[in-house]
Amino acid sequence: MIQAEAKNVNFYYGDFHALKDISMTFEPSSVTALIGPSGCGKSTFLRLFNRMNELIGNTRLEGLVTVDGKNIYDKDVQVDEIRKRIGMVFQKPNPFPKSIFENVAYGLRVNGINKKSILDEVVESSLKKAALWEEVKDNLKKSAMALSGGQQQRLCIARALAVEPHLLLMDEPASALDPISTAKVEDLIFELKKQYTIIIVTHNLQQAGRISDYTGFFYLGSLIEHDKTQKMFLNPADERTQSYITGRFG
Amino acid sequence: MKRFRRLFEKFIEGILLSSSTITSLTVILIVLFLFREGLGIFNRSPLEHNFIIAVSKQNPVQDLSSDQLKAIFNQDITNWSQVGGKNDSIILFTVNDITNYFTEEELGASLEYLPQKLNEFIVSHPGALMHISDKNLPSDFQGHTIHVKNISVKDFLFGKQWYPTSEPIPSFGIWPMIIGTFLVTLGALLIALPLGLATALFLAEVADIRLRNIVKPLVELLAGIPSVVYGFFGLIVIVPMVQSTFKLDVGETVLAGSLVLGIMALPTIVTIAEDALRTTPRSLKEASLALGATRWQTLRRVTIPYAKSGISAAIILGIGRAIGETMAVLMVTGNASNVPHSFLVPARTLPATIAAELGEAPYGGLHFKALFALGIVLFLFTIMINLTVAYVRNKERK
Amino acid sequence: MTRKQLSQYIAFSSFTIISLVVVGILFVILGFIIVRGASVISWEFITGMPEEGMTKGGILPAIVGTGCLILGSMIFAFPVGVLSGIYMNEYLSDNWFRRFIDFMTNNLAGVPSIVFGLFGMALFVNYLGFGDSIIAGSMTLGLLTLPVIIRTTEEALKSVDDSLRTGSLALGATKLQTIRKVVLPVAFPNIITGLILSIGRVSGETAPILFTVAAYFLPNLPHSIYDQVMALPYHLYVLATSGTNMEESRPMAYGTAFVLIVIVLLMNLLANFLRKALGKRVKM
Repeated sequence: MIQAEAKNVNFYYGDFHALKDISMTFEPSSVTALIGPSGCGKSTFLRLFNRMNELIGNTRLEGLVTVDGKNIYDKDVQVDEIRKRIGMVFQKPNPFPKSIFENVAYGLRVNGINKKSILDEVVESSLKKAALWEEVKDNLKKSAMALSGGQQQRLCIARALAVEPHLLLMDEPASALDPISTAKVEDLIFELKKQYTIIIVTHNLQQAGRISDYTGFFYLGSLIEHDKTQKMFLNPADERTQSYITGRFG
Repeated sequence: MKRFRRLFEKFIEGILLSSSTITSLTVILIVLFLFREGLGIFNRSPLEHNFIIAVSKQNPVQDLSSDQLKAIFNQDITNWSQVGGKNDSIILFTVNDITNYFTEEELGASLEYLPQKLNEFIVSHPGALMHISDKNLPSDFQGHTIHVKNISVKDFLFGKQWYPTSEPIPSFGIWPMIIGTFLVTLGALLIALPLGLATALFLAEVADIRLRNIVKPLVELLAGIPSVVYGFFGLIVIVPMVQSTFKLDVGETVLAGSLVLGIMALPTIVTIAEDALRTTPRSLKEASLALGATRWQTLRRVTIPYAKSGISAAIILGIGRAIGETMAVLMVTGNASNVPHSFLVPARTLPATIAAELGEAPYGGLHFKALFALGIVLFLFTIMINLTVAYVRNKERK
Repeated sequence: MTRKQLSQYIAFSSFTIISLVVVGILFVILGFIIVRGASVISWEFITGMPEEGMTKGGILPAIVGTGCLILGSMIFAFPVGVLSGIYMNEYLSDNWFRRFIDFMTNNLAGVPSIVFGLFGMALFVNYLGFGDSIIAGSMTLGLLTLPVIIRTTEEALKSVDDSLRTGSLALGATKLQTIRKVVLPVAFPNIITGLILSIGRVSGETAPILFTVAAYFLPNLPHSIYDQVMALPYHLYVLATSGTNMEESRPMAYGTAFVLIVIVLLMNLLANFLRKALGKRVKM
């Protein structure tokens, strides 16, 4: 079974050819790590799956991107409907300058759900899934800005979970955090993969090794290798993957 | 050599430092000169310099207010008993009356007998009230001067009459101008706010980069057009339009002023509000969009709340611009000195009054000082606006 | 279409329409003045003296007067503004003094132009005894435009990358050398742009010159800085509101408004052109 797929994808920023003929599939309830040196296109690739690249003008996409078997770039697809089904966690924690409760409830509210009982329930379950409930349950009215960096990032994960996405995109979710917060977020990802399909971009190879089932290595806009993580870290097929993993460039 | 260089650098730094103090110095000088001239209107008699009001020594009345004096000169008050004196009718005697009472021979070729004649007059007319220059008074004057109550700040701010040149007592009430300025500004805001904020939202969130690069310079160009050109356009186009639309006798009205001012305040509001909207971090907007919010929901729930203080600053600065604008308003509002009671009557604003009248006010006279006092009021408005903006922006930083 | 998409559609469409209205207003004003004014423009209009109670002839003295005022105010305001912009951005850290000067500069920027007129009259015309003169008017206009020049200078300096400064300082250059040789050349195009835009502003100001320099009518061109001059914006005001024969002087008014608009447009174009041309030079 395939949860998400990219087929012969080419992507351009103006004249710049950012992604070159990439095909990749993602299985349900798996974690796929996208690795590669800066500027290799891994973040751009990730953002194809919730059409975030459209926010920058003058871009062009060729090829097919499907989620749950549906082409998300189809003309009759409403972009906000797509994004609702696909959660995203960003590099830096970016909570809204609102209360903790309102942050988590945001996705429901913009989709027309305002009933207090539902909101209460979803906020609690989302915060529990994000392993933050115990820390904030007495302070839901407090501003999210008062939380620590690690707490903020888990709040952003809870916020993404609240709309019950099928697919979770994570763009270097731990890169701005200290080691202890990073460990907590990694534990969380491990927990979450039971229910969600996760694609995570990371710079941290150990992290990729620890949490992912599959790894894709990007280099200069191309997907060099895509395989089981264990296989790829122990016995990569391509020389460039070998060099990157052993730290010869990066 | 090294030492010379160090000295040289210090010297240059000194020049830079003194340049940077010039703006502060100018503000201080503005305050100083405005107050020096403008405060002269307060705590002094409303009579022109050298002029006095004199009555017979037997008259018990010691002081009169400006209003009482005006009533006497308008002959609304004709008996001394009405102002606390004896039951005796008031006989007015002003400079203009001199030749009615005395012939030229009696006064002498260069009026050398005038003081003596005045003395005779005050003695023979116990009910007389003289308005006369103190230079003409004899040293052994047989009457006493009346103390006229000073112009108070309250009279000045809330007085409903502005007759700066009326004789013998001018009126300096600026209430009509305050209300006029307020109404014109209010109308301008009602026009400029919806248009300006919508344009700012369009530029910041709706327009693609190409369209923005066309529209934004055009809006900035709108800011560059001189106010007198706006006034001219208003006079030729907007005033007749207002007149025919509402079937008025005159088109020069508060509404015409508001329309012109509204257009003029647009660029201020658009540019500052747009800048404020752009300060919202991209990551917040992306987070909202990633949760399935539409761009409009993101704008309403994330971007606008985040930029709130910047947008408020834009509105306040727009108000400041509208309050201080002179020429355009002067040309289209008709400058009637009554308190305006609707948008469809003529009115005058504080700055327009200064511009229209300062040229005719004799240097150093009461009228001249009153116009500087108007300047003080206007200046205080500006300071208030700036303090509010500083406060709003400061709150944002926290 | 879902409800939220419909409401986005309505909101964004109305923003677009309103923006078009705003741009439309600009075109109506410009178009009106340009169409009516262009037919008046001729060589005689630009180079001739007003004739027959200002209903015929040209506006040369007003053009010359405005030129004098631009020159005079810039000679004063440009160096002072740029120097203080440099001091505020490069020397002052964020302390009380900086905030005080900032606040005062903002205040000065917010002072209504008519108050500048009052102030100029009290200080330059009366107290310093210059009388109604080019120097009094120029100083008043110069002070008025000072905050604009300071702000643009500051903005221009702020946009210079800090690594350039540290790079230069690390090589042993003094602060002043760094500013002169590294910072200013990079910031120069934007500073010049600010200067040109403030020229546009100065040329159109009326209220500050009403009581400091502007003359209703003068048969001669000015000979010294202590002479009164006619000026374009005041001339337009006079023609529009208090000419001896307003109906007959209307074409002259259109022509004067046209010249004013053209100056502003030219300054905007020039500023854009210079920003691009000089910007390229610095990049190389």
